[in-house]
Amino acid sequence: MTWLSIIIAGIITYFMRMTMVALVDRDLLGERVKAVLAYVPSAVFPAIIFPGIFINDYGTFIEMNDPKIFGAIVAILVGYFSRNVIATIISGLFSYWIIIFLL
Amino acid sequence: MLSKKQIFSKGILAVAPHMFSVIPFGIVCGAIGIELGFSPVLVYAMSIIIFGGASQIVFLQLLSGGASALIAVTSVGVINSRHLLYGAVLSEYLEKLSFIKKLLISYLVVDQGFAESNKFFQKNKNETHLHYHLLGSGGTLWVCWQISTLAGIILGSFVPEELGLKFAVPLTFIAIVVQDIKKLDHVIVMITCGLSSLLFFDAPFKSYIIISPIIALFVAALVLRLKK
Repeated sequence: MTWLSIIIAGIITYFMRMTMVALVDRDLLGERVKAVLAYVPSAVFPAIIFPGIFINDYGTFIEMNDPKIFGAIVAILVGYFSRNVIATIISGLFSYWIIIFLL
Repeated sequence: MLSKKQIFSKGILAVAPHMFSVIPFGIVCGAIGIELGFSPVLVYAMSIIIFGGASQIVFLQLLSGGASALIAVTSVGVINSRHLLYGAVLSEYLEKLSFIKKLLISYLVVDQGFAESNKFFQKNKNETHLHYHLLGSGGTLWVCWQISTLAGIILGSFVPEELGLKFAVPLTFIAIVVQDIKKLDHVIVMITCGLSSLLFFDAPFKSYIIISPIIALFVAALVLRLKK
């Protein structure tokens, strides 16, 4: 039963990936829709970023002094000025660990 | 004009830095599966069949928490429905591929690969072999995801929970969008999405992950209209 569920979940996921690329003719989308689609990264990724910072493993809001907020601020600053992905991730993780383990 | 090999390598290099978050997250994902009591083969098979980090964890957590298979499958579908948006964006650049190639390359599209290849596509619209970038980025992510979830399955409970390795996930996406905070229109869209995701976090089937982008895209449409 679990195996069947995984296979169905996999097929559904694959269809989500494939439908717009292979099945839908792009000419169906108007110019205005195409202009709005330019915002997709900015419109999707914060839905991964915000809960990843502000909501803990138990589905509740973190306190405002949570080390993840500090880590995220450091990562944003380092990322903005360095334009470097590795520096962004590492600085965020380390500043988070420093608070957890040292303070 | 760049050769296929050059574009493929650029795809690999573009996502390589994201390994600092993909690998820890893959390890956590494999370890959680084992901790929840699922068989190693089953946990690993998900990395090939579903190939979507967050949705794999949610699926196993729901099942082990006693949810029905229908709820678990629906949640995976809802979480991964954001790929419809990625596909709509990418279709412009993959238009000229044969149907079979479109079917094959679709399997490799994941968040970071989409983000980095899309950045490349926007700057290099006139290249002929654009899709090799997506093959490079998606292929690299696929290989690393397989290896890291396997590592997590083997390491299992040896992965220290206190490290909070899952925190690497929001960080990798901060790295992707952070340069856009210069642009007011993008900031409005990002904040709309972020606040909506917190507001709708408890909506059924983890649907905040698609509800908030839809709200944010409506706001983007409004912003575009005001800009004119």
